[in-house]
Parts: sequence; C-alpha cells; structure tokens
Amino acid sequence: MKLEVIHHKHDVIVVGAGIAGLYAALKTSGEVDTAVLSKIYPTRSHSGAAQGGCAASLGNMMEDHWEWHLYDTVRGSDFLGDQDAQELLVRDAAPVIYEMEHLGVPFDRTPAGRIAQRPFGGHFGNFGKSEMMRSCYAADRSGHAQLHCLYEQCLKNEVRFYDEFFAVSLVMKDGSCRGVVAWDIRNGGLHVFHAKAVMIASGGYARCWKITSNAMANTGDGLALVMRQNLPLEDMEFVQFHPTGLWREGILVSEAARGEGGYLVNDKGERFMERYAKAKMELAPRDVVSRAEQSEINEGRGIGGQDAIHLDLRHLGREKILHLLPQVRELALKFIGRDMITEPIPIQPTAHYSMGGIPTDLDTRVLSGTGKESVPGLYASGECACVSVHGANRLGTNSTLECAVFGRRGGLKMLDFVRGLERHGELPEDAAGPARAQIEGLLATAGRKGVRPVELRETMQKSMTDNVAVYRTAEGLQKQVAICAELRAKFREVSLDDGGAYANTELIEALELGHMLDYAYMIARCALERTECRGAHWRTDHPGRNDQEWLKHTLAWLEGDAIRIDYKPVVITRHQPEERKY
Amino acid sequence: MQRTIRVYRFNPQTDQAPRFDTFTIEVGDTWTVLDALNEIKWHRDGTLTYRRSCRHGICGSCAMMINGRNDLACEKQLSAIKGVITIEPLKEFPVVRDLMVGQEDFFEKLRLIKPWLIRHEAPPTDKERLQSPEDRAVLDGTWECILCGACTSSCPAFWDNQGFLGPAALLKAFRYVGDTRDEGLEARLGILDSKIGVWRCHTIFNCVEACPKALNPTDAILKLRRRLLREKL
Repeated sequence: MKLEVIHHKHDVIVVGAGIAGLYAALKTSGEVDTAVLSKIYPTRSHSGAAQGGCAASLGNMMEDHWEWHLYDTVRGSDFLGDQDAQELLVRDAAPVIYEMEHLGVPFDRTPAGRIAQRPFGGHFGNFGKSEMMRSCYAADRSGHAQLHCLYEQCLKNEVRFYDEFFAVSLVMKDGSCRGVVAWDIRNGGLHVFHAKAVMIASGGYARCWKITSNAMANTGDGLALVMRQNLPLEDMEFVQFHPTGLWREGILVSEAARGEGGYLVNDKGERFMERYAKAKMELAPRDVVSRAEQSEINEGRGIGGQDAIHLDLRHLGREKILHLLPQVRELALKFIGRDMITEPIPIQPTAHYSMGGIPTDLDTRVLSGTGKESVPGLYASGECACVSVHGANRLGTNSTLECAVFGRRGGLKMLDFVRGLERHGELPEDAAGPARAQIEGLLATAGRKGVRPVELRETMQKSMTDNVAVYRTAEGLQKQVAICAELRAKFREVSLDDGGAYANTELIEALELGHMLDYAYMIARCALERTECRGAHWRTDHPGRNDQEWLKHTLAWLEGDAIRIDYKPVVITRHQPEERKY
Repeated sequence: MQRTIRVYRFNPQTDQAPRFDTFTIEVGDTWTVLDALNEIKWHRDGTLTYRRSCRHGICGSCAMMINGRNDLACEKQLSAIKGVITIEPLKEFPVVRDLMVGQEDFFEKLRLIKPWLIRHEAPPTDKERLQSPEDRAVLDGTWECILCGACTSSCPAFWDNQGFLGPAALLKAFRYVGDTRDEGLEARLGILDSKIGVWRCHTIFNCVEACPKALNPTDAILKLRRRLLREKL
C-alpha cells in the first residue's frame, strides 16, 4: 500500500486538546493561524476527568498568600521542583482563575458571590501551620467545567480543529521543529502539518500501568514523538499514585472526598493515618497517604485481608455528599454498586499523575539537554511537560492549574515567536517518510500470525503495577527494565487483524503501544538509577532522602535500545530543603 | 460466566450492507459493556471499531445503543442486562464504521448556539465577577453535559428532521442563556427561535430517559421557550 500525503500550513499547531492545549490555542487564535490536532474529540480529553478543583490563593474563604501556596508546593514536591517555575505557577494562579471565571467557567460560589474554595491535601496556611481552603471548584467536576469552557472559547475564536488526527512524528530540520505528521484516524491518510511553532500538550501517560486512574487515551504519544528525535525526557521515575482509586478498577475517587472530611479506615476500623501523619491525617500529600495505605495492606490490615482500604464518607451526611461530591457517589454506585451515603467503599492506590515529562524552560520551550538550550519552534505544556513545578510529588489541584498557567503562557510565548518569523522554515525532503514507514509497516502485518498487541500491553501493564509501584526495590526495577526491553523487541513481531487505512482503531492502539513501551522502559530505568526516597519515588532498599547525591533532575535519552542518563541541578530560590513532615 | 454479544458491523468502504456478528465470551463479575467490546477487539477480532477513552462516564466517547437503549458502554454493567446483549451505533447518526458514528454535525450544532459567554462590558481586571449561589444553582443540571449524543440520537424530532438543533445543543444554549453573567439571549434569538430551534421539540422526554448523566434537556428547552416568549412580548 502506498499512502497518499496531504499538506497543510498553519502558524501554530497544538497537539492535544486538554486544558493546556486549548488554553494555548485560545491565546494564539485570533492573532495567528492556529490549528489543534487531537486523536479524540477535544471534549473527550482527560482534563475533563479532573475532579477536585484548581488551586489559587484568592483568599475568598480565609487569609491566603501566594507565598504560602509556594511553600506548600515546594514542600509537596519534596524539594525537587524548580522554585522559579513554582513561583510563576502560584503567582499566576489568581489572575488565571479570574480569567477563567471571565471566560465563563461555572465555579461554585460563596454566599457573597465570590468563587468558593475548599480544602485539599498538602495545602495549608501560614507556611504549613494552619488549615487552608484554596481549591476553586465546580462541584467535583472542575476539570470538566474548565475543559468545556476553553473548548467553547476556541470555537468562538475559530480555531481550526483536526479531530481524530493522531500525531505520528515531528518534522525537524536543522535542529528546529517545522511541523507534525499526523494520521487521519477516520479516513486514513498521512497529513503533513507545516508550522512555525508546535506545542505538544498530549497529557498524562499512566496507561502503562494496570491499576491506573488514566483514560485509555493517556498513552504518552507526545513524549514518544519527542524522545524519538533524540531529545531527553526529565524525571520519568516520578509518577504519583493517587490514594483513592476504586478497588481493582483504579478509577479516580476525588481527593475532594477527603478534602470535605472523608476518613480512611483499615480492616480493624482504625483511622490509620494517625500513625503516619498525625497532624494532617487524611489531608497529608498524596505520596504520604498512598504509602500509608500500602503499608496497612502489606501488614495485613487491608479490608478483608485484601489490597483494599475503606473510604468512609457516611459522617458527612446525605446533603453534603449530594451537593459537593455527586460524581464520586455516582461512580461508586455505578461501578461497585455501593452508596457512599450509607456505606464505605473499597479503594487502593492507583497510578495517577506523571510529574516528569518533556523538559521545558519557563516559557514552555522544549529543552534539548542539561543546559538552557531549547529546540526552536517546539513547545510543551501540561502533564506531558516537565517545567518542573511538581518535582517529586504533585499537590492535588496544582495540575489543572499548571495546565492553565503554562498552557496560557506557552500560547503567548508562541505568539511572540511566530510574529518574529517572516515565513515558515523549510521542510525536510520527504517530511512524512518516517511516519509512513511506521504505518505502512504495521498495516503490512495484517493477517500474519504474529503476536497480538494485547499480549504485550497486558504484560507491560501488569508488570509495571507489580514492579514500579508505591514501594520500589532494585530487584523489582531490574526485573522491569528487562521485561520492558524484551517487550520492545517483541513489538517487532506484532501483527494486526486490520490492514485497511479506513477507521482503523487497531492501528492506533498498536502505535500507542509502541509509544508506551518506549517510555515505560525509560520510567523503569530512571527509577532503578535513583537510589533514594523522594516524593512519589520510594526505594525500600535505599531509605531516606539523599540531598547530597540526589537533589537533581534526571534526564534520559533513548538511544536505540539503550538509555543514556544525565542529570541537571534543581533551581532553589526561597526555600532550602528541610525535613518533610505532615 | 459466558455471555453472548451481538454487535452491529458495517464498513461502508467494503460492505454492501450492515450485519450483526455474534460473539460468546467469558466475562468477569464486574464487567461493563466496554470491557466486553475490548475483550472482543483485543482477543477475537481487531477490526471491531468503536470509540472509548475515560472508562468512567465523563468523556462521552462511548455512547451507543445497548439493547435498544442509549447508554455509555463504559458504565453499563453486563450484570444489569439479561440474556443476549445487542449493541448498535447511535441511531440516526451517520455510521463511520461499526459503532463509530460521525459527530461533525452534532458538534456543528453546538457551535451554532454560540456556546460562550456573551458580555457587552469588559470584566473587572483583578477579580471575579460576582454571582450568588442561587444564581449559580440555576446552571446545575446543564453544565455537566458530556456531549455524548445519547439524547439527540434518541429524539423523535431529530429523527424526523436532522436539521433540528437537538436536545444537547439546546441544553447548552440554556447553560449560557440561564447564566446571570451572560447577555447573549438576543444574539442567540435567531437560531433558537428558528425552524431548527426550540419549537421543534415535541416534549416526548426521550432525551431525559436517554441521558446517562440524569440531566433534563426537555426542561431546559421549555425554559428557553419561556425566555423567548418573554423576549418577544
């Protein structure tokens, strides 16, 4: 089969249509020709699953200051976040929340009509000393409210949407990014999108685990596109396990459930957080709570001796649950048939949020190495990026905030960049070549009796959940590196049932699998290298945080079948590392 | 436990006519319809085509007709369905392939009602606009829509005339018209009052029945009609 290639030209191409991508597109559209590519309809993006809210020190409920939000974010990151980026995040938070309100996001309100705010894990007042209500929310569907509003604003601004286009490769020439090659999922066909600036906003990527809160679309496609250009990824070992995934499903039960006062209870009926975070209890940061749960489970105090903990909301009362946590209740009803008004529900830690990703500078430009040099024309923001505001552990409600702040900022920076360019840079010869080879290769396997993609995918997901978990050891991680290497080799033997170009979702799943295998390999390897405990990365064979050797970011390059590792320093401005206690 | 699933199949590029394929598969206790479709696609027939993403009823990708009723495949438990399970694409949406339907027209109608806040004055620069909790509560039951299409596909007025904006777009229209921060009723009057607008609804309430999020588009349409009448008087 010889695939036809169709060419397009825009000033800005955004890959991904979640909060970060849409906010970027909103800022460039109306000014320069902007297009958004998304492999799913924009409103299907996983930003819409964010539940609990978006942090900002508005001070609508009680006194609050960005300095306090900064302190919490720095400490929450276990001092691995870059403090210049973290300061930018928390200082831009209030103006960005106000802008989203002006755009129409239906935030809940206080009796005075201001944006309502709720407590959330890891957020405190007065430098960790008092309680805080900082999360701006729309019931427990906050991400949904933001995502839809931004999409609708982009419709207003006449952004050109290419829905169900799957990005297959970046177009690079002379070290600059000149565009993207994408596959039209519905009709089949390769499309070269020639651009002055490209932003990768492809979202999270915890789909390489079995127990995960992530959508099936969260396959880290943007990361794979970048790493296949011999560019590094940063801090890949840091993936957060959310304390409350529905048992065996992994589906997220919002931290708002604890923010509003929910208890975590073991098989003996104890609120065990007392033993792990006496002061903050269930509202300690996620890494702390997930480890506490895992310890209870490992020591035999899981519910019924199983790998589950109870989340109990009964004492909140019917009205509060129905008004503030309607989606959480609905999830438990639909998926496990339990009503949280009358019963506790079983939960367990679930792979949730990826702190690492495509390294960028403060202006969302993609960095090419350990220094400040960036790749002209290439940007990244949102969960796929690592600017690094979350360091080793993200605080709840800082994720949609990062998407909004850095998506918006990236849009504005791309606008400056694009305006300074008279014309599009030249395309390389046969820009679609690498993408064509990949797709034609996969389609040609149809009907061969090779390996079914599902076999590799399930092996990867199960082994990642077993070996790259809340608690990690060299033994498990070594095993995982070997498993991933083997799976990557076996991927060459994969065969499809469907050899057609038209609406071939099996092809897309295979491409996604290839992406996941590449970065899962990197996650396992980076986790093996880091011999300390920091934030979400906990090595039982190397207890304690080790600032002397490990207060640094990991950078990793995929070079053929090998991974090369290097490091770069953490930016520290206001807060020196200290013991982290909750 | 074994279950029998009948799935609508049609690839307009290669098939003369649609058909049903029947699969008997081993299923788990807590499986949903989406789990069953995945099992078939991954282990039996990779050509089976459908959309899915979040698998917990928030992204709106996997609306389809399950034993004659529109539902989200990811939320529908197999245990809640007796006997053979028949799965078809959303009715009256153009079939792209199997259970995947074209949604361009559905999203175009959303765009037509101007789904964005329309204000004549610039907002304050360094704070939010005020809105009372009571005014904000008017929007509850509107902004939660996930745009899955289950309502529009179940609407007899839409079956009758596919130009009709349909319940999803009209629910969204009320989400903005009903927002005290919005001043856009006039700008939307043309489309809402047109022959593809609110008057085409026959108040049959199929949309209410079909909505997987328990929203009430018919109620929103009735409220829009009242606003329109008041505006025209």
